[in-house]
Amino acid sequence: MFRLDNLVLAQKDFRLTADWSIRPGAKVAVIGPSGAGKSSLLAAIAGFYQPVSGRVWLDQRDLTALPPGERPLSVLFQDQNLFPHLTLAQNLGLGIRPDLRLSAEDHRRIDAALERVQLQGLGKRKPAEISGGQASRAALARVLLRARPLLLLDEPFAALGPALKSGMLDLLAEVAAESHATVLMVTHDPGDALQFADETVLVADGVAHPPAATAALFSSPPEALAAYLGR
Amino acid sequence: MASRPRSLGAGAISAGLLALILGPIAAVAFHAGGLSLGAADLAALRFTLLQASLSALISAALAVPVAKALARRRFPGRGLLITLMGAPFLLPVIVAVMGLITVFGQAGWINSLGQSLGLPRISIYGLHGVLIAHVFLNLPLAVRMILQGWLSIPAERFRLGQSLGFTPRDIARHIERPMLAQLLPGVLASIFAICLTSFAVALTLGGGPAATTLELAIYQAIRFEFDLAHAAGLALLQTGLGAVAALLAWQLAGMRAGPGAGLDRPSALMPPTGWRRIADGFWLIFAAAFLLLPLTAMALKGLPGLTALPASVWPAALRSVTVALISAFLTVTLGMILVGAVARGGARWIEFSAVLPLAASGMVLGIGLFLLVRPWIGPAQLALPVTLLVNVLMALPFVYRLLITPARNLEADYGRLAASLGLVGFARIRLLTWPRMAAPIGFSAGLSAALSMGDLGVIALFAAPDQVTLPLLVQHLLGAYRIQAAAGAALVLVALSFALFWLLDAGGRYVQAR
Repeated sequence: MFRLDNLVLAQKDFRLTADWSIRPGAKVAVIGPSGAGKSSLLAAIAGFYQPVSGRVWLDQRDLTALPPGERPLSVLFQDQNLFPHLTLAQNLGLGIRPDLRLSAEDHRRIDAALERVQLQGLGKRKPAEISGGQASRAALARVLLRARPLLLLDEPFAALGPALKSGMLDLLAEVAAESHATVLMVTHDPGDALQFADETVLVADGVAHPPAATAALFSSPPEALAAYLGR
Repeated sequence: MASRPRSLGAGAISAGLLALILGPIAAVAFHAGGLSLGAADLAALRFTLLQASLSALISAALAVPVAKALARRRFPGRGLLITLMGAPFLLPVIVAVMGLITVFGQAGWINSLGQSLGLPRISIYGLHGVLIAHVFLNLPLAVRMILQGWLSIPAERFRLGQSLGFTPRDIARHIERPMLAQLLPGVLASIFAICLTSFAVALTLGGGPAATTLELAIYQAIRFEFDLAHAAGLALLQTGLGAVAALLAWQLAGMRAGPGAGLDRPSALMPPTGWRRIADGFWLIFAAAFLLLPLTAMALKGLPGLTALPASVWPAALRSVTVALISAFLTVTLGMILVGAVARGGARWIEFSAVLPLAASGMVLGIGLFLLVRPWIGPAQLALPVTLLVNVLMALPFVYRLLITPARNLEADYGRLAASLGLVGFARIRLLTWPRMAAPIGFSAGLSAALSMGDLGVIALFAAPDQVTLPLLVQHLLGAYRIQAAAGAALVLVALSFALFWLLDAGGRYVQAR
């Protein structure tokens, strides 16, 4: 169970509170107007941003004081998910051992992960030599290898075309299911939330609201969401 | 947090640096016999400010078109020209001055040419001689700093400009001028601060009441008047001036937002045609000639001298290379720890400690250290360690400047990704920092090695005969009127300096491009 316990984020004029939990394995979208604090919420969960007060829990474990790399989670950013000077295989290898001292077994796992996302044979390429969609798939393959119980995504695939993005969301759902991960995905596109997420967190007016069933939320949106959706 | 021990280490290093700089200055202040400035001291102050301002302005103004031409043109020999841009700044000052005299001096190439055309003689002595030498020594630094700024603009931004139909003017206005506005104050302030402590140039091309710098006045107070109190007083004035200039450089060059990351694709800067092509050509030829002629002149003069080299050249060379390599290693290690801490949002006083040596001059620090340890250690035992220490301190501000922007970009682009993957400690250095920063690291190491190799300052005050470094040997030979041998030894010095610089710089670039 993932839980935000009276979490308070604050910086200058910005303030955000969150106090809710999600059941294991849930796929949750985080939506709201820009500047509301969606990305800050994710950064706080990932450990890049210290909350003023409150705790972050995962399965009875307090993550609040852990450095980012020691948290049981994976992060996908909007871009820059791969190091451009390392090959795809090395970029994936970082998900197994950050010092890249990899065994033959590790290399087999990397090849399998590449194959899983249809990038077989591209392990020796560098990120500049593949397409944006392929780069996103490589990043997802690393998520598979890391197999962490929580997956955070900050507007991923935003640069991809609709068909490519839709396929990516399906692949993401499969990857999440295979690694039994709980997923939190920031998005500005209601379509993403409807396609991918059973539940949605609305971030508006300084509050990250508890997750609500996505379909119900969008069919009768509260005032803040209606304003964001332009209804 | 994982970064805590590293910040602690950087904090301790910063504190040590502050002690090593402020301690000697305090010693100088303690020994200063009051600040009663005579007319000669005021003239030195005025001349110091005038020549430093003009040197900075002229160097930067010439560097912008040269850097621009280098950034957008591809031609055979471009890499060589860029390497050459590192040359005069790295050239031992005394050798550079010899080259300039050969070209611009009384019996130099320019005057001989002018004479055959019936033109009046020009003199290289006085203000304009000092300016020529300072521009010669600092123009390449300015070009390389500005060129790095140009190359750090992501290719995507130029492509965006192209797709919006930007003319070269629009590119200059929307992309290049903002970069220059961010960069130039730092370039100006750095050159101003360097020229503020000009010693060897003023010693050889200046002098007299009209063209004496403070640094030269300090040296004269010690060597000719044996007046330690007067020297300390001047040193205090020099330090106050340098502190203001360093503060200025620190404020002006405190670059914040770096340009975002572009993928590692080749540059997309389209070279414009027409008159701009001719102008670029002019600037490239001007820069190449201005930098190459004195170097060539120096080489032609030094070659015959190689046969007349005294045996003492080789131990002196070994001593110089050893000091240079240790100095480069220490400077870059300290620099990387400091920029790493600052790029992760470390305290601002860490940055302050890295640039503070700009405020002090090598001469002032050397005299201060001498005053501090005089009761316990003799000057002869001190010569090489103090020279090493002063070399590290004097190179650190430049190395810090060169490393901070790539370090900030690295942190902004990949800091979170690395942290989220648990990429820390030695693995982070091996897999992220080193492959992505090897080029600036190599350049910084080459720079500090060559600066140390050519340094002629503190060592002249302290060294015993068996501790002579190569630049000091050149000066001794010159003083003994063994001009041939001096020119030959100077050539050895230059060859070794450049070889060290080239090895480290090219090595770094090779690793990063791999």
